[in-house]
Amino acid sequence: MNHQVLAPAGPLSSEIAQLFWVFVAVAAVVYLLVIGFLVAALRRRNEASMRTALRTVSVAVAITSVILLGLGLSDFFAGRALAATPHDPLRVRVTAHQWWWEIEYSDAQPARRVRTANELRIPTQRPIELELTADDVIHSFWVPSLQGKKDLLPGYTTRLDLIASRAGVYEGQCAEFCGFQHAHMSIDVIALEPQAFTAWYDAQLSAAAEPQNPVAAHGRDVFLGSTCVMCHNIQGTDASAVAGPDLTHIASRRRLAAGTVPNNPANLAAWIRDPQALKPGTHMPATQLAGDDLAALAAYLSELR
Amino acid sequence: MSPLEQTWADKPGILGWLSTVDHKRIGLRFVVTTLVFFALAGQLAAVMRLQLARADNHLVGPDLYNQLFSVHGTAMMFLFAVPVMEAVALYLIPLMVGTRNVAFPRLNAYGYWLFLFGGVMLFVVFALNIGPEAGWFNYVPLSGPEFSAGKRSDFWAQLITFTEISALIGAIQIITTAFKMRAPGMTLARMPLFVWAMVVTSFMIVFAMPSVMLASTFLITDRLVSTQFYNPAEGGDVLLWQHLFWFFGHPEVYIIFVPALGMISEILPTFARRRVVGYVAMVVALVTIAFLSFGLWVHHMFTTGLPPLGMSFFTAASIMIALPTGLQIFCWIATLATGKRVQFAAPLLFVIGFFFIFIIGGLTGVMLGATTLDSQLHDSYFVVAHLHYVLIGGAVFPLFGGFYYWFPKLTGRMLSERAGRWNFWLFFVGFNVAFFPMHILGLQGMPRRVYTYSAASGWENLNLLSTLGAFTIAVSMLVFLVNVVMSLRRAGRAPHNPWNAATLEWATSSPPPAYNFATIPVVNSRTPLWEQKFPMAEVTGLPDILPTVLVTRLHDAEPDHVAILPTPSLWPFLAAIATTVMFVGSVFTPWAVVWGAVPVGITLIGWFWPDKEEAARMLSIEVKPSEGEARVVALREALS
Amino acid sequence: MTARSTIDVSRLPTYAFGHRSLMWWATMGMIAIEGTVFAIAIVAYFYLRGQSEAWPPSGAPPDLLFGTINTVILLASGIPNHFAARAAEREDLRSVRLWMVTCLVMAVAFQVVRALEFTTLNTHWTANAYGSIVFALLALHTTHLVTDFIDTVVLTVLMFTGPLNGRRFVDVSENADYWWFVLAAWIPIYFTIYLVPRLFP
Repeated sequence: MNHQVLAPAGPLSSEIAQLFWVFVAVAAVVYLLVIGFLVAALRRRNEASMRTALRTVSVAVAITSVILLGLGLSDFFAGRALAATPHDPLRVRVTAHQWWWEIEYSDAQPARRVRTANELRIPTQRPIELELTADDVIHSFWVPSLQGKKDLLPGYTTRLDLIASRAGVYEGQCAEFCGFQHAHMSIDVIALEPQAFTAWYDAQLSAAAEPQNPVAAHGRDVFLGSTCVMCHNIQGTDASAVAGPDLTHIASRRRLAAGTVPNNPANLAAWIRDPQALKPGTHMPATQLAGDDLAALAAYLSELR
Repeated sequence: MSPLEQTWADKPGILGWLSTVDHKRIGLRFVVTTLVFFALAGQLAAVMRLQLARADNHLVGPDLYNQLFSVHGTAMMFLFAVPVMEAVALYLIPLMVGTRNVAFPRLNAYGYWLFLFGGVMLFVVFALNIGPEAGWFNYVPLSGPEFSAGKRSDFWAQLITFTEISALIGAIQIITTAFKMRAPGMTLARMPLFVWAMVVTSFMIVFAMPSVMLASTFLITDRLVSTQFYNPAEGGDVLLWQHLFWFFGHPEVYIIFVPALGMISEILPTFARRRVVGYVAMVVALVTIAFLSFGLWVHHMFTTGLPPLGMSFFTAASIMIALPTGLQIFCWIATLATGKRVQFAAPLLFVIGFFFIFIIGGLTGVMLGATTLDSQLHDSYFVVAHLHYVLIGGAVFPLFGGFYYWFPKLTGRMLSERAGRWNFWLFFVGFNVAFFPMHILGLQGMPRRVYTYSAASGWENLNLLSTLGAFTIAVSMLVFLVNVVMSLRRAGRAPHNPWNAATLEWATSSPPPAYNFATIPVVNSRTPLWEQKFPMAEVTGLPDILPTVLVTRLHDAEPDHVAILPTPSLWPFLAAIATTVMFVGSVFTPWAVVWGAVPVGITLIGWFWPDKEEAARMLSIEVKPSEGEARVVALREALS
Repeated sequence: MTARSTIDVSRLPTYAFGHRSLMWWATMGMIAIEGTVFAIAIVAYFYLRGQSEAWPPSGAPPDLLFGTINTVILLASGIPNHFAARAAEREDLRSVRLWMVTCLVMAVAFQVVRALEFTTLNTHWTANAYGSIVFALLALHTTHLVTDFIDTVVLTVLMFTGPLNGRRFVDVSENADYWWFVLAAWIPIYFTIYLVPRLFP
């Protein structure tokens, strides 16, 4: 599993996991002690003296205070470590919608900004600073292997830092109930070695791949001629609406519909034909297309790496 | 029938049932009603567990599932957990303090009816498939006008109104009865710890409920008449909801928990066969918990990006509250250790279950209170585990202990001890099997409130295990139900004091007569029934042509004057109906508040307006303060 | 305490004034609850203000005229209220009737002015959060005004028609306590609605 709090893949989540084990250890000892005293009190044959009892209670209260203070301080210091401002972070803006994640990589030059959806690719070893907001209701960004969660609130911008130590795929899910399909609002964070990341990023900057065969070409015509263009954009074509996910490089993504199904042509076609069957309540309407038009469209989109 | 019996008797038949102001009849039906809601809410949970038992399950779709968890939480919190504690208190407190009724008998009836109608409203709209679907804390903007279509969220908000008014009414009853109607000699330092717990709880209710009242009113107006409280586009704020809700919401869980602490303080000493160790410390701990509970609410908002320094304060407070709670636990263990050999019986078993389960919940609570850890654990199944460990372990187990303990007093029958043990063990094992795995699921990344999950997530096995545990709990509840039904049918009256307990409710018959005590006892101890001489003395001279009670002074319970309580009346029931019409109407139109107020006003006037014949009777026994003052002084001098 | 077999409470008073009365505790409970409502609503006002760049976001703050007139009338109504309570404690029926009717006359006056206040707030509850909270504060207080007025009407009628007994004088005294609350609660609300936007723009 790549979405576990206790299998951290970065320094931030490691810090939290370590703190958690400290708390668990202390909790286990406290629990065994208290239960031990309880059982002893229940089973004893002779009455304990009031003096002993009162003294034990006082000691217990004192020890409890010390433990609580210690735990509180360890949390405080861990929090300080985690809140340290990162050096030279990669900034990404994430906007949550019902029920997908809009991702835009920041850059001083507008031409070098990449816009994508539901999949966040990052370089390893480098701090990523996420700027989080929501378009509609409150959501929460949670990728347990890498970091704790942060809410995305309409009217606010919140911040979350991520750092991945090693390459891999780290899954997360929206962690604030956001309506109908809260259960199908996953996020994939894919950490790549720095060079691989740069290569990916440059590929993302390019316009959509030209269709390689007549079927795909027909697919592109189908796309431009149907309601798809009301919500989606594909760079290098006339479709430029931003209400829905960017499809320029859709075939490069692991999953579809915010993690609902794996990304392959069959699922792509199924999703386009009847989104409600895969994700009831989704805002994407069904698209009425003839069988071969649908196949062509799926073929075209499958080439958009 | 003696004059006392006649004065305190209810009218016969259905009219008597609707017009009673006997706190025991009202309390008992109140408890039964909350248990019905508990069973209904539990069944909703069973359906959820069935849906989650398998990955990608299609038993229940998102719309129904979202209603299921919303109604489950809302009903459990507002229709069971708080009201059951108040109901038990309304039954027991007059008996425990040695008086004949609560301070405001008709208001008591009204509070029950309003609660019942509100609860019925919730389940009716759920049955009509228009139940609330945004969770039991109903966050905006999801629950606001833009994203929650129809009236679902409005029904949720009105449920709050019904139950919050009922709870506030109960709180005022409890404070006034406990402060002003105690038997002579029962100083505050001799008041049973359960009564202290309920007084503390009632103060919490008074100061916490207004916050949720305001929050839900602002939500209703946003939805109904386009105010902009929660709309960021027009200067509103989505976090305003969270602050207002959780300022109430955090004390709310202590409102549920503190009464249970009081119950343990009554049950445990009885089976340890000695009075509780550290009575004063216990009272101070209760009060400290109450104060601290108002300083924790932001720990529900740790992931919303609030300033870190502010959040540290709330971490500190959240961790600190473990101290007074721990103190109570240590004092109870000390009580067990220093008593005579412990007597085991079903009530004590449930109390022991509390220790095993609640302490785990308390420890995970300390984890959640730490901002750093909370960033991973918040809104995951770890929290679902935590909240059930503290609520079921901390409140429901003691409550069941209380049922087994006080059942003979309420009904005149003992519950079967054997069935009680089955009930306990099935519940204890089932609970841990159902909820412990959820800690792990949360650590494995499973968020709350998901109607399904993929097979690839790896969450299926633990979910299946959890479902098995849930059904074991259901079986334990069936055992309880069967136990209750069979025991009620059994012949043989329970004695006054089957457990040889120390407090006043055990000094009268099981069940008590309508007037509670033939004569009001005078006490001089925290454990009156364990004294050599009980009662110390008896109160005579209370007029019996009308329901009268002795009002005593707050600090020392010296006699002060005689209060004439209201007689049975249909008006509270009618007023509750009128109020319900107004509240339900206002879900649909703001004008309902205006025209709905008219019948409410009429019924309230009818309720308050003195009956000519009764007024004449009152005049016949009337003693003005100026006339009676000398007598009060003389009485107090004689007593000292 | 020396041991006695009985405590004879016959001929103790059958009612009492002030904190000795059970109903007083209910009245104080109501005051605590409603006071908390007002306090939280005022906190919400300041919270929303803290989130805002300009306050009011647009337009002028509420006109001072009717609010201030009403404050004067409300404060003045304390006088008949005070005397009504005193008369009740003396169980002087004639004075009670006189002072309660006076209270009612003033209550009518400030309800009329309150209606005018609503029209000169220079905002609307639908306009923005500022408008919503201003209307909410005023509406909350008005609800108390109106219900207290109706309460007092009913009680006054009862003092004329009967059936009467000593307990009713306690009711008058406690009703006066609630009136004080409605009056006192107005002061911070007046300050918040009318003065805060002017003193701390």
